Amino acid sequence: MADQTEPRPRLRDSELLRAFLDSTQAMIAFILLTLLIMAVLLAPFIALTNPYDLATLDLMNSRLPPVWIDGGEWPYVLGTDSQGGDMISLILYGMRTSLLVGVLAVALSVTIGTILGLISGYYGGWAGTIIMRAADVQFTFPAIILALLIGGLAKGVLTPTAQAQFAIPMVVLALGISHWPHFARLVRGAVLVERSKDYVAAARLAGRGPFTIMRRHLLPNVVNPIAVLATLDIAFAVMGEATLSFLGFGLPPTEPSLGTLIRSGYNYLFSGEWWLVIFPALALMVLVVAVNLFGDWLRDALNPQLR
Amino acid sequence: MAALIAQRIAQAIIVLFVVSVLAFVLSTQIGDPVASILGLQATPADRLELRERLGLDQPWPVRYLTFVGNVLRGELGVSYITQRPVAELIVQRLPATFELAGVALLFSLGVGLPIGIYAAINRGHWSADAILSLSVIGVSVPTFVIAILMIFVFSVTLGWLPSFGRGQVVQLGWWTTGLLTPSGLQALIMPAAALAVSQVALVARLVRAEMIEVLRADYIRFARARGLKPRVIHLSLALRNTLIPVITVSGIQLGFLFAFAVVAEAVFQWPGIGLLFLQALGSTDVPVISAILLLTAAFFVAINTIVDLLYAVVDPRLRAGGLTGRPAGA
Repeated sequence: MADQTEPRPRLRDSELLRAFLDSTQAMIAFILLTLLIMAVLLAPFIALTNPYDLATLDLMNSRLPPVWIDGGEWPYVLGTDSQGGDMISLILYGMRTSLLVGVLAVALSVTIGTILGLISGYYGGWAGTIIMRAADVQFTFPAIILALLIGGLAKGVLTPTAQAQFAIPMVVLALGISHWPHFARLVRGAVLVERSKDYVAAARLAGRGPFTIMRRHLLPNVVNPIAVLATLDIAFAVMGEATLSFLGFGLPPTEPSLGTLIRSGYNYLFSGEWWLVIFPALALMVLVVAVNLFGDWLRDALNPQLR
Repeated sequence: MAALIAQRIAQAIIVLFVVSVLAFVLSTQIGDPVASILGLQATPADRLELRERLGLDQPWPVRYLTFVGNVLRGELGVSYITQRPVAELIVQRLPATFELAGVALLFSLGVGLPIGIYAAINRGHWSADAILSLSVIGVSVPTFVIAILMIFVFSVTLGWLPSFGRGQVVQLGWWTTGLLTPSGLQALIMPAAALAVSQVALVARLVRAEMIEVLRADYIRFARARGLKPRVIHLSLALRNTLIPVITVSGIQLGFLFAFAVVAEAVFQWPGIGLLFLQALGSTDVPVISAILLLTAAFFVAINTIVDLLYAVVDPRLRAGGLTGRPAGA
């Protein structure tokens, strides 16, 4: 990934578009992602039942298997849970929460990483050393363990009401903090290359302040690699949320996400109600595969050397 | 080389220092050891006495040094929940995790290497493309989902393999092994395979990328021009140079397997360090949490340092300057 730190002329949109149309993988991933995102955004309108609104649930319809199995009923294609919630609706709402957490966590990582990377690359000195040492220390530690630690300790310290109230921010914080060093390294590398160039020196001589130089001249050089890393990182964050919630250190059962759905469904796996866990698990797989395929394609498309 | 070793060791010490401070802060700020040892009915005099006996009235630099000294002597404190020494708990759980991660590493190399070689040699062929696409799925499925799907297929539906536990284990000194009994081996298959799936995909992609790079080299073209058989070129000339980065990466992989063992152990109720960590987190058993934190940090620092030094041994260009040549994605 050394090439990511090198300066690269900005791609014309047409070139990116042509690369896009050439790649079937990108098309499939993009269509899949668009469908998923639309379904998730429209969840309140297309879902049969709403897990946040108990009035829409009917216990008479609880524990129905998928329609193609004896006992299954329309319109509950993928069956229902123990409270009569439609599986498809649960998955849509769950994916909504998972994607929200994933995007917010990545936004947090990008923000922390970019600011610290810019500071450490532009100023260097002891501040830069401390920042990069901190990143090194964190790199030696697996992100999932760190996220678990933050999530688990928050559970131990907060009261149950505070836990329920701050569940989403806590998971975002745990995942966001556990991945900032990736972005800090990326940004710092690019800034180190650009800093010594003539146009930056010229900007400095023209009296531009450090803030303006960073924002107007250094930041545009790292937008592409940040976009690639952020896309792939959303896949990581979605998997991270699901893992934390499954292990019981993420979101509570009252906040349906793909992870909490799998966690509560797992209890029924051995009693034969497999659809409660298998369908959310498959939904998680499809979502992460789509994000990863799109991110892979974006990386190749924005990096002509790999084409 | 000596300077490099010194630099890496200095860095390792910094990491361990930071983590030890973190573990120390954790153990002082969260939970009250006096209350958890004596219970709520203790008299104030008893509490005061225990505070003094535990050294809790000392200034914090002294307490930090005592903490480090205790850790170095292997005294990791007493678990709040089980009231047993943490060191004993960890030693008891260590073999299970090592066997799980070790077998998973064998799986991931044993399956990932041949797949990667095949995909590199047959680049452009539909089967190689299919493997590449499948590998994306492999890295996209979280370990716990693979584990659940495996349990659904092999335990619930087919009833072939046990869904939890370690089976029957054999005691070898202080080490307990499940590798010597049929039930132990049966119990090991699914957790190790679930843990290995994403690593298989990573190994295959890495081997493919490295091997394609090597196959472009001049000496391979000369070998082809000389009319050597493709078999010889691929398996004896190209593979040898592909393996160097793979060997070092597998060190890092062992670290990741160790980390994700937490997840596999939770699903399969595998009695290893990961399960201990999760149980401790769930009950805020701080001495256990900070001890495992320190152990994990020491393990990762050791792996990273060894891998970095191996890189330097393999690639002489890295010996003079810093270690900037190490690929960030590894």
